[in-house]
Amino acid sequence: MALLEVDDLSVTFARRGQRTVHAVDGVSFSVDAGEVVGLVGESGCGKSVTSLAIMGLLPKQPGLRVGGKAVFDGTDLLQLDDRSRRDIRGRDVAMIFQDPLSSLNPVIPIGLQVTEVLARHRGMRGEAATREAADLLDRVGIPDPRRRLKEYPHQLSGGMRQRALIAMAVACQPRLLIADEPTTALDVTIQAQILELLKDLVRDSGTALVMITHDLGVVAGMCETINVLYAGRVVETATRRPLFRQPRHPYTEGLLGSVPRLDAGRGERLNPIPGSVRDVLPWPDGCAFAPRCTRRVDACVGEPPELVLTHDARSYRCVNPVPVPGLTPEADTRATAPTTAEPGAVPAQAEPADPPAVPGFGPAPREEETP
Amino acid sequence: MSDNDILVEVRDLKVHFPIRRGVLFDRTVGHVKAVDGVDLSIPRGKTYGLVGESGCGKSTLGRALLQLNPPTSGEVKFDGVELTTLPAGKLRTMRRRMQMIFQDPMSSLDPRQNVESILTEGLQTHGIGANRDDRRRIIGETLDAVGLPRWALSRYPHEFSGGQRQRIGIARALVLGPELIVADEPVSALDVSIQAQVVNLLDELQDSLGLTYLVIAHDLAVVRHISDVVGVMYLGALVEEAPSDRLYTEPLHPYTRALMSAVPVPDPDVEDRRERILLAGDLPSPANPPSGCRFHTRCPWAQPTRCADERPELRSIGASRVACHWAEQIAAGELRPHEVTAKITRPEGEGEEPGVVSAPSEPGSYV
Repeated sequence: MALLEVDDLSVTFARRGQRTVHAVDGVSFSVDAGEVVGLVGESGCGKSVTSLAIMGLLPKQPGLRVGGKAVFDGTDLLQLDDRSRRDIRGRDVAMIFQDPLSSLNPVIPIGLQVTEVLARHRGMRGEAATREAADLLDRVGIPDPRRRLKEYPHQLSGGMRQRALIAMAVACQPRLLIADEPTTALDVTIQAQILELLKDLVRDSGTALVMITHDLGVVAGMCETINVLYAGRVVETATRRPLFRQPRHPYTEGLLGSVPRLDAGRGERLNPIPGSVRDVLPWPDGCAFAPRCTRRVDACVGEPPELVLTHDARSYRCVNPVPVPGLTPEADTRATAPTTAEPGAVPAQAEPADPPAVPGFGPAPREEETP
Repeated sequence: MSDNDILVEVRDLKVHFPIRRGVLFDRTVGHVKAVDGVDLSIPRGKTYGLVGESGCGKSTLGRALLQLNPPTSGEVKFDGVELTTLPAGKLRTMRRRMQMIFQDPMSSLDPRQNVESILTEGLQTHGIGANRDDRRRIIGETLDAVGLPRWALSRYPHEFSGGQRQRIGIARALVLGPELIVADEPVSALDVSIQAQVVNLLDELQDSLGLTYLVIAHDLAVVRHISDVVGVMYLGALVEEAPSDRLYTEPLHPYTRALMSAVPVPDPDVEDRRERILLAGDLPSPANPPSGCRFHTRCPWAQPTRCADERPELRSIGASRVACHWAEQIAAGELRPHEVTAKITRPEGEGEEPGVVSAPSEPGSYV
């Protein structure tokens, strides 16, 4: 049983007189204890809304509908009332936001903001709380933590603020940490520091980490399993190496082709994805990526593509996937999952691979991970 | 690089911003040395990339080059004409030949002007085109060049996507037929798939129009991709300048090495193999830069002699120019990196003020 099992999560925003927006449209993924899972996609693909929905942080407004399930350790987070959700949030599940300046309270010293978590969930008071807070700041690499505790967020640099936020998030040793673009607002050298810090925290405490980012480079260095999102749905799920080496969904391939690489030469043309994120087809009418896709076939339009599960523990949502040399698509396919999941249907997440039953093929290549 | 066809030449450029205190007596208590002695030259038809972290002065340098921020001292020669002493009227006519592309296409386009009006304004100011039809023709050709449809003319900026807006910004710069384009973070506000489109467009325009670019960006991969020569800035000064391939394969300055090792590469194999040089601490405040080599407070190779008290000059090593006393020894492996503990450097006097903090604007914070 996975630590977090998100099943067919959907978030819609409806406003009178306007088109209903399906920000998240049936997203499913799972996170095991101690695992680092990435949600990757461009702006508007629903990656942040997914995390906010799981945390129950979406603003309560008429027209907001959250459907599906997000089961954390046996309890469905989406069904909890506010009080019990507050008990879990910060203690078992914590979140790190993108912009550290706007997620810290500017008129309260750092120390008070860190001890608030300790007081709420661990019942610590006074000197004990201050000592623990200083310890936490020290752990995330803030020099001179005693003095920092008395300072206000504006007196800290961007990297320090993000460290303070991480200190608050790990204060209760949560079992699941959701980091929403934790390094986007930071410089590369500071980003490297923060990523290293997150890696250490995950390694030392066995915390599961969900990394939400648009940066494929960050994903390549951090995540074991990667979910690529497009227009509110997971279009491809794979482990790290197979995803980068042999992307199956044309969108994943397009993303990888459009990133300039530091280790590539000058003058190599990039292969951008034509069109823009705005050119989407609504999912019920077919594949949302079809208007921009170079591998489009007639079958793409009409009905949404089914999720294809393959033997090597991956899945993609495409009728004409990028071919893998030496493997015919039919031979590779293990099962398909219907797009609209009925209760009790196959979860839209690839299960651990069993060796293919097709003669002539060896066991599916598995990724060896060194801890 | 041939010396005979240099379009832009910058000599010892300095831009200092005064820090003022007090309400009644507006006294200057210090200077933020945003750009502090930069020499560089850009050959015609080439791309010069400028990288560095936020607060290193790269944007200020770009703006000072176009005289948008008056330089405190130093020389800027554009095609042999000294710009810093040029009278305002003459400078205005020179501006036709050097244009700028801004980072955020939403805030650099007037939301109440349609595309035609945005593009005509510059033409009228500089008196290009005999009449309306002539100007229409020029604008139409520019739209084709940047890949925008003709119907865009009557639309307003909010009707376009981010990538298209950036194309409008590029069209606005191109319509005057400039020779030099200063692009300040041209793609960092765009989505990954759109970034590639704009990068390719800039490349194509350079090929077809023979443009010279100064590209300022914090994303090393983008800069390396489009630049012939890359300059790395740290705290207001160039620390290294090299042909872009060489900068990646043989970084000489410790800061460049750290920067290169920090950039994530979308390839798990590279990510697993690489050794990260983690820099301790943050960028020191440019109001109170460290003595000697500006980088010595964070440098893993810093030596007890020279680094703290002697400011290194940019000197040539092979095809690169590097400002480090120990570059050869580091390259040869004679010096080993050591632990650096993070220190907080603050301006003298009281604690940091929000306006004085080293990095007020962070790249990517709008994403």
